[in-house]
Amino acid sequence: MMTRLERELASTDARSLGRDAWEQLCANRMARIGGGLFIGIALLCLIGPFFVPHSHETTQLAYGAQAPSWTHWFGTDELGRDILVRTLIGGRISIGVGFAATMVALLIGVVYGMIAGYYGGRIEAAMMRFVDTLYALPFTIIVILLTVLLGRSILLIFLAIGAVEWLTMARIVRGQTKALRKQTFVDAAIVGGAPTRRILARHILPNLLSPVIVFTTLTIPAVILLESVISFLGLGVQPPTSSWGILINEGAVKLDIYPWMLIFPALFFSLTIFALNFVGDGLRDALDPKSMGES
Amino acid sequence: MYLLILKRLLQAIPTLWVIATATFILMQLIPGGPFDIEKDIPEEVQALINAHYGLDLPRHEQYFRFLEQRLRGDFGPSYKYAGWDVDEIIAQSFPVSLELGLYALLVALTVGTPIGVLAALRHNRPSESVLMGFAMLGICLPAFVLGPILIMVFSMQLGWFNPFGWNTLGDRVLPVVTLGLFYAAYIARLARSGMLDVMRLDYIRTAHAKGLAQKAVVMRHALRTALYPVVAYLGPAVAGLISGSFVVETIFFIPGLGSFFVNSAFNRDSTMVMGTVLFYAVLILFFNLLVDLIQMWMNPRTRHDD
Repeated sequence: MMTRLERELASTDARSLGRDAWEQLCANRMARIGGGLFIGIALLCLIGPFFVPHSHETTQLAYGAQAPSWTHWFGTDELGRDILVRTLIGGRISIGVGFAATMVALLIGVVYGMIAGYYGGRIEAAMMRFVDTLYALPFTIIVILLTVLLGRSILLIFLAIGAVEWLTMARIVRGQTKALRKQTFVDAAIVGGAPTRRILARHILPNLLSPVIVFTTLTIPAVILLESVISFLGLGVQPPTSSWGILINEGAVKLDIYPWMLIFPALFFSLTIFALNFVGDGLRDALDPKSMGES
Repeated sequence: MYLLILKRLLQAIPTLWVIATATFILMQLIPGGPFDIEKDIPEEVQALINAHYGLDLPRHEQYFRFLEQRLRGDFGPSYKYAGWDVDEIIAQSFPVSLELGLYALLVALTVGTPIGVLAALRHNRPSESVLMGFAMLGICLPAFVLGPILIMVFSMQLGWFNPFGWNTLGDRVLPVVTLGLFYAAYIARLARSGMLDVMRLDYIRTAHAKGLAQKAVVMRHALRTALYPVVAYLGPAVAGLISGSFVVETIFFIPGLGSFFVNSAFNRDSTMVMGTVLFYAVLILFFNLLVDLIQMWMNPRTRHDD
């Protein structure tokens, strides 16, 4: 015969972190629409290029700068490269960088914030002062500085972006951890002799889930945007690798004669940002009790 | 009040020092000096150039020289634009960026605030969806997408404005709209949720109950409180307008500080990059202080926080 407490423990154990997050995501209509749109675009970028009978690299000068047609749905650029394929391949880079850099930011931010919030006192003060200092400058400026320092390969770009985006995550996590630290179940775990690492991983981390999920979904579009801005300025991903930022830049230069070079990448980019913001906003409404009832 | 200003100014000093030192270290770590491109010049000339810019000194001496110069407001010579000091370039190009940024902020406030307030007053009616749909559009169209599209429509098709430049008043329209629209949209969202929160409060019901017209309730009672979030956002907005101007100035070929900064990052013009970053840091700290003061003036409750 189980006691009530045991039964409760058993029932909470059955819900894993991932499942909890998934249910919260599905509960909101805005998040579902945005999520569906985004998954559609991502899948298109991932498997689409295999079905288009053109290469994004081969240049065919004879077919240069053609308007959209049945063979080239989105037209071609001056070198005869198919814009549809280039847009899809560019999307892989943009979305890939968006996710990878967000994961870097997530990892650093959560660990840093938890440590600062859990230990408190001088450690926290010193750690957060460092964050505040970096916060004094816009992220774009820091990333441009880092790209000047690190060079301009994809790997370094996403490291540079991850290196600034964790700051906000660290702040959010710190605040939450500080509040959780005062809860009695943490005291109970300490009294029970659990090592600090276990307390952080098993007791603090699961309770950080909602704010971290919300902020992560809002970080991904911010990162994609940041990467595109840097690439648009010519300081990011370098040709022949392309991302949406580069394609939009190429299109912007030629917009008076070959407008399709701008329109299609810009459309894909904006739709992605739109969809991801929808997911983030929907989630925030669903998880944040303060904003409930509005919108 | 004055104590707070003093405290904030003192807090700014270590921040600026860390940023200055960090930029210095970063620039030192970059492989290759600023003059390595010109391979064919003789070694003696190379040595002379390095000596002229103090690049032959030991690292720590370079560092102290660097700090001392910054304190005097001397940002050193630009490595790329020979004969120009970084402060001269900043002095010449920053007014352009400032003008662009202020216009954009003005547009953002005068367009965004009424849209947000109106949307809140029309809550759950179709007109709210139209207004907030516009706001969502502004948020999802970043400057580097919006700018080229505006050029395409208003310069190429309609021929109303020049596609680039910064000479006539008409030249300012497209860049300002490009830079300001995102902030207009964001401010609209902040104003809407601020207004929705306030309209639920008791004192608004009281104002209605004593028979005030809706317009008077909104203008005299609700607006001030509803706009706190908008004012709080002005600090981040200024920082964003600064980095947004990199893109807008590049698209429209505007000779502002942003385009100089991007160019110097290209050319690895280290004094120019360091100088500009430091200048931006001072600027942002100053505007944040200004925004805090405005907030305290508007909302007495924030005055006792510090």
